[in-house]
Amino acid sequence: MLFAIQSLPFLWQGLLVTLHISVLIVFFALIAGTILGIGIVYGPGWLYWPIRLYSDFFRGIPLLVLIFFMYYGLPVFKVNLNNFAAVVLALTAFKTAHVIEVVRGAIQSIPKGQTEAAKSIGLTFGQRLLHVIVPQALRRFLPPWINAVVDTVKGSALVSLVGIVDLMLAIQQVIGRTYRPMPLYVLGAIMYFVINYTLSLASRRLEARFAYIRE
Amino acid sequence: MYHLNFGYVWTHFDKLSWGLLLSLELAFVSILIGMAIGLSLALAYTSGGKLVRGAVAGYVEFIRNVPLLLLVYLVFYGVPSVGGFAYDSTTSFIITLSVYAGAYMVEVFRAGLAAVPKGLTDAGKAIGLTAWQRVVSVRLPTMFRIVLPSLSNAYVSLFKDTSLASVIAVPELTYGAQWIKTNSFRVIETWAVVTPMYLVTGYALLFVLQRLERRFAIH
Repeated sequence: MLFAIQSLPFLWQGLLVTLHISVLIVFFALIAGTILGIGIVYGPGWLYWPIRLYSDFFRGIPLLVLIFFMYYGLPVFKVNLNNFAAVVLALTAFKTAHVIEVVRGAIQSIPKGQTEAAKSIGLTFGQRLLHVIVPQALRRFLPPWINAVVDTVKGSALVSLVGIVDLMLAIQQVIGRTYRPMPLYVLGAIMYFVINYTLSLASRRLEARFAYIRE
Repeated sequence: MYHLNFGYVWTHFDKLSWGLLLSLELAFVSILIGMAIGLSLALAYTSGGKLVRGAVAGYVEFIRNVPLLLLVYLVFYGVPSVGGFAYDSTTSFIITLSVYAGAYMVEVFRAGLAAVPKGLTDAGKAIGLTAWQRVVSVRLPTMFRIVLPSLSNAYVSLFKDTSLASVIAVPELTYGAQWIKTNSFRVIETWAVVTPMYLVTGYALLFVLQRLERRFAIH
């Protein structure tokens, strides 16, 4: 077991890279997804179809294919991204599509009467969004969004395939040195589990917390 | 200026078409085994004691919170290294994806079983069905019709997950694409063919399965 303990600082570095990538993706996807999600619900018709197409396209292809495309394919178009930028771009594009659907679902779950009531007391679009829709939609948004965050952390393991030393590749490299696959995979699984299970628990807490809202 | 040339991709298109079939097959076999795992564990969970519940929940939570890629490596490289046996990469991947699908199926079936109206099982009791008959001819058929949408989503999602089999050299679609790409350096051409293959197949599947859902939906 000594080698597993000795490898911990190295795995820790990998874990930090995993977290770093995940945080970047979650942040960018949250911004882009919220804007596009609001666009798909409230935007005009010419805005609806491009967003719908974008969302269905990126949710329809495997993440691995997307990562390989961004990393190996984009240079052909004279876009030379290093592996870090390529995977962040690929995973952000992928996650944005999911966030769009979560935002759309959250907004559409708010009864129409709420918007109508807000209109009838003379609130502008911005005010309706800020004071009526968002406070209610947020409750519907948070649990599935946290699940998307868990998915991001899990999906970030794929970045090891283009040579980024995240937790997954760190594990592989230690195995390459020690020839002891099983203990290290189990150790890695536990590390991933601790992060993701904490998030899952938070999601379940929130869901229970907001369960009293029924229409 | 880059000139597109699909020649190499077309001459080796069989790698992609067979790869696509293998992808579908992997997803299909895995969802079947996953459903068997999910169904038995969901039934065990709903009728079992604390220990069984804890074990099932542990399995579900563990699988759902660990990256699939890690599970693929763990089953292919890790398990044989301590077990002292070996299996080929395809078998290994089917085992991985089945166990992975099983964890998701437990959740699907558990929710499905909970959604079967209590009146139906009561009615079964009233006409004198035994406990086993109530499960087989009342709860399960109703549950299957309730969970059909989740099943078709899971199948399409597993189809996409089969792309991970390429990392342990299972010759499915992504592996075929990698092979062509590595041998020809025709990156754009390869992905320009493979991406639509995934998209079209995935959405065609979803379309067919949604037809089935509507056919069997409970109104």
